[in-house]
Amino acid sequence: MNSLKYWLTCTVMLFMAQVALAQDAIEITRGSDRATPIAVVPFGWQGGTPLSEDMAEITSNNLRNSGMFAPFARENMLSHPVRAEEIFPRDWTMLGVEYVLAGQVTSTGAGYQLQYHLYSVPREKVILSRTVTGGENQLRDMAHKLSDEVFEHITGIKGAFSTKLLYVAAERFSADNIRYTLQRSDYDGARAVTLLQSREPILTPSYAPDGQRIAYVSFESRRPEIFVHYIQTGRRERITSFEGLNGAPAWSPDGKRLAFVLSRDGNPEIYVMDLDSKQMRRVTNHYGIDTEPSWLDNNTLVFTSDRGGRPQIYKQNLNSGTTERLTFVGNYNANAKLSVDGRTMVMVHRQDGYRNFHIATHDLERGNLKVLTETSLDESPTVAPNGTMLIYATRQQGRGVLMLVSTNGRARSEIPTKFTDLRVPSWSPYLP
Amino acid sequence: MEVIKFGKMAALVVAFGVVVGCSSKGGDAAGTGAVDPNAGYGSATSTSGADSVSSEEAALRAITTFYFEFDSSELKPEAMRALDVHARDLKAQGNRVALEGHTDERGTREYNMALGERRSAAVQRYLVLQGVSPAQLELISYGEEKPVATGSTEEAWAQNRRVELRK
Repeated sequence: MNSLKYWLTCTVMLFMAQVALAQDAIEITRGSDRATPIAVVPFGWQGGTPLSEDMAEITSNNLRNSGMFAPFARENMLSHPVRAEEIFPRDWTMLGVEYVLAGQVTSTGAGYQLQYHLYSVPREKVILSRTVTGGENQLRDMAHKLSDEVFEHITGIKGAFSTKLLYVAAERFSADNIRYTLQRSDYDGARAVTLLQSREPILTPSYAPDGQRIAYVSFESRRPEIFVHYIQTGRRERITSFEGLNGAPAWSPDGKRLAFVLSRDGNPEIYVMDLDSKQMRRVTNHYGIDTEPSWLDNNTLVFTSDRGGRPQIYKQNLNSGTTERLTFVGNYNANAKLSVDGRTMVMVHRQDGYRNFHIATHDLERGNLKVLTETSLDESPTVAPNGTMLIYATRQQGRGVLMLVSTNGRARSEIPTKFTDLRVPSWSPYLP
Repeated sequence: MEVIKFGKMAALVVAFGVVVGCSSKGGDAAGTGAVDPNAGYGSATSTSGADSVSSEEAALRAITTFYFEFDSSELKPEAMRALDVHARDLKAQGNRVALEGHTDERGTREYNMALGERRSAAVQRYLVLQGVSPAQLELISYGEEKPVATGSTEEAWAQNRRVELRK
């Protein structure tokens, strides 16, 4: 008995010691066995008061979010170089770091300037040296810009960290008193700004390809109506207000047309409207539910339909009218979004025989399906313009949260917020 | 539409000399009338001369929420019995009501918007078959956006899969 107790104590102590030792190691490699190790060293700053934003930290998080990098823990760094000549390969080789990013922030009077250096440890040389500048309140913009540059330089993929996110927040004061707000934030949830406030639901916001306009469904008149909203001016245009459903607006890639759902003919059908002429035509014609249109290209829509008995994804050519079923695995596939290259479809998926809804990617060329999430009520996926990350909505302890996950499945984090309940995220295109 | 509805409400008030509690849907015009939307419904009919209103009929009339099974828009027998009473009242009074369709939180929001409408359409179809004019019935779906029960449990989901008949 005593020896068992002793054995247990030792085991527990040993285990705790291992956890303590391994904590940083876990931090580095969490879920990412092949992510590139990079050290983003805290940037030098000579100013009297600390900067309001930690640009190295933001950059580190950006790179981690892509699932392609494993940022090295700051507290385990052996040196904190600021200038290029202060980066010594021996400090980093033994830590297994492949890239070092270091830099110096200086004041420009009206704002800040960051001079940074990207160093390749195996090649023992600086491979990129650049300067980013910004106004006093643009430290986050500067961090996102430098993240984009570093990400693209190493991976060859255009960075999408300077993008924005739309989502709806619901604040429930009582059963009859809920405030819905349409929020626009950085892609990572920071700097949220309210674009619209209503006591009735706001649904399915979506960014136009120009990044200037958004479309959404608002129940503000106690019925669903589709609006187009100009972000800069706040001007709003009511697009549809038909009897029955007015829902699921989706922009064509050329930004000239809007696909949406109306049930004015008796059941939910998909329509396409030319936004200049307001000419509208019906695209689907089936007694089942047709909804959630998404554009594969300017001539092709994918959408959800239960015409086969259960919700599945279909594709329709707008010129020929031919329709083809795309999904066959799972008993519920819905709300498909296309990656910009049109090769991958992200959707809500439920496996046969299971009750949980997950986010899955579906390779349109090879047809293989990959389930990306593990929670139970996952919905509303939206993909970053470079396809490396996606954000979806799910529920945790009775509240709606937004989760960011890399498309390779390695990185996963919750979008921080001050609101209790979030839903329907929409990722912006690349912004000028 | 709002105007017509209020006009009809006003006519009812004059005709029966009772104060009809304004529902939250038409509540803007009546100011503070944020009471049980069905309160006036029962009192209006009880003064309409039907002396032999059985307690069972009154109980059925009080039922204004109709529940559905998961992923189904099929009316249950108890819902049909209550709708029979509502159909008689609607034919007698010619007033307009809203049929609000709702779903539970499972599945996608826009698909549920369509499912909610399918449920309110099922109630509409049943009432029309009993002789109610389609013009008296306004269909609106809120999908999963307006749950009455929060939480991700079977009980909460069962309460949220519903159509509400509202004056």
